[in-house]
Amino acid sequence: MLAIKLAFKNILGAGFRTILNISVLSFAFVVIIFYNGVLEGWNQQARRDTIEWEIGQGQLWHPDYDPLDFFSYQDAHAPLPEAVQAEVAAGQLTPILLTQASAFPQGRMQGVILKGIDPKQPILKIPTALLADQDGQTPALIGKRMAHAIKAKEGDQLLVRWRDKNGTFDALEVTISGIFDSNVPTIDAGQIWLPLERLQQMLSMPGEATYLVAREGFVPANAAPWVFKGQDFLLADLDTIIQSKKGASGIMYGLLLIIALLAIFDTQVLSIFRRQKEIGTYIALGMTRWQVVGIFTVEGATYSILAILLGALYGTPLLWYLAKVGWAMPSASQDMGISIAEKIYPVFGFGLILGTILLVVLSATVVSFLPARKIAKINPTDALKGKIQ
Amino acid sequence: MESIIQIDQLTKRFPVGAGEFTALKDIRLEFQKGEFTGFVGPSGSGKTTLLNIIGSLDTPTEGEVTVLGQSIAHLTHKQSAKLRNQHLGFIFQTYNLFPVYTVYENVEFALLLQHMPAAERHKAVLDALEWVGLTDKIKSRPDQLSGGEGQRVAIARAMVKRPAIMLADEPTANLDSKNSHHILQTMVRLNQELKTTFLFATHDEKVMGYLRRIISLEDGRVVKDEALAPQGQAGA
Repeated sequence: MLAIKLAFKNILGAGFRTILNISVLSFAFVVIIFYNGVLEGWNQQARRDTIEWEIGQGQLWHPDYDPLDFFSYQDAHAPLPEAVQAEVAAGQLTPILLTQASAFPQGRMQGVILKGIDPKQPILKIPTALLADQDGQTPALIGKRMAHAIKAKEGDQLLVRWRDKNGTFDALEVTISGIFDSNVPTIDAGQIWLPLERLQQMLSMPGEATYLVAREGFVPANAAPWVFKGQDFLLADLDTIIQSKKGASGIMYGLLLIIALLAIFDTQVLSIFRRQKEIGTYIALGMTRWQVVGIFTVEGATYSILAILLGALYGTPLLWYLAKVGWAMPSASQDMGISIAEKIYPVFGFGLILGTILLVVLSATVVSFLPARKIAKINPTDALKGKIQ
Repeated sequence: MESIIQIDQLTKRFPVGAGEFTALKDIRLEFQKGEFTGFVGPSGSGKTTLLNIIGSLDTPTEGEVTVLGQSIAHLTHKQSAKLRNQHLGFIFQTYNLFPVYTVYENVEFALLLQHMPAAERHKAVLDALEWVGLTDKIKSRPDQLSGGEGQRVAIARAMVKRPAIMLADEPTANLDSKNSHHILQTMVRLNQELKTTFLFATHDEKVMGYLRRIISLEDGRVVKDEALAPQGQAGA
């Protein structure tokens, strides 16, 4: 308590130097919380969108299906096992069939994936109701990225060509019945969604699917050889991307924190040099050297406490406002191939704030202790004479 | 009389470059409780070094220094800190007040280290400030005080814990004549009323006038040790 009391008095008495140290450290504190809040907001938004638009509560894959290997698509299809059919009938699973194909927008040829989905499925947010029968035409849904890439709009006709189960080429004009707006690029770019039955018919694969998306509450049973992939597996890539982003931003705010800590370190070194007589007097009055080390260390740590209080003063309204209105992402981010919204709403959790407080306090304490250790070796008579170099 | 400090064959050497400088050589002294004694001599004679060793701020190179029954050479840092905190008071030439604390807080500091209860501490601080006549300055900071007032605060800080021994290193060197006498008279009162032992390091004639024993040092040796009737007190 004595050390804390003394520390407060000393650093408040240090005036402008204190203000400078506290300001820089509080800025680092707010920036760390802001960046991590943005990443956490992005993480939560991306996970939520990916679950709602693409993976549901998990997926049941055909054993040959590998989403990263296009060549696997040709063989990754099969009729649904009976147990799976029952789950589909109960609305717990929705089957998706996919194949490679070519589209010909404005006479150009472009590789696409045709994906068949039940227009009445209730699991994914894709507006599949727009795939309902349209007077003999074949309705097709595309995402905004795909629409932008092929310069298509609602009502446009698009020629697609594919090979059926037997390797026979066929072609058809589909009608763009809707363009959906999703933050999940992996259901959008290069993909055309068709009614499941229509695609099964086109591919001569009646009743077949490549994978099935599970609804909330689905309990994976043995559907061998089909393999159930849970959310953890399906979100692993996203987690990896966000972790790498956290690492990269950590370097940036780490540098900022180092600058703030250097200021404290510098102040401590200067302070010990300038306050030699004070140190000697503390010892003469009956403090042990380590008690004096404690005073100087607590002083440095107190900078961090004041910085946190100052950061809370201006950071709380600022971060609250950002969490409310969101942080607009640059338009190019939509084409980055990862799930990212146009606006990210930062999430400032208790754990993040507490973790940042601990980081700032501990690091400030360490950089204060390092120069203060020197006091433990000080000869008090030299300190009283101001002779220490 | 009660002997409270014994110095036997004390030698203190400091390393200087590749060699050594002998600051004190074969000192043998003894001090009784209630003494008002000064070490006098020119600069470099070893006055401050001797005071520092008695104050357990430094240790002997050779010989034995016993203060209140404790051998200075054998004390740990913690034990010497405890000795200083409970039994020794220091008064410095430059007062060494803590600039960010008020007069009250400067005086209170030593008692905080003793973990004295707040009410008791408050009374002791006010008593000490009354002793030195500074009760009207308790909220002032050191930079708002005159030199004499600053040194009186330093005396209050040293005496607030009622130490057995007060060590004063050139306490009047930065003061004018009037303030010097005022400070010295305060010390004499403390010595007489509280039986506090005072040891000075000084070459100030004004201080010498108050001393009852003068130990002259030269090149680290005691050249004269004389008991005398203090003129300053008589005249005060």
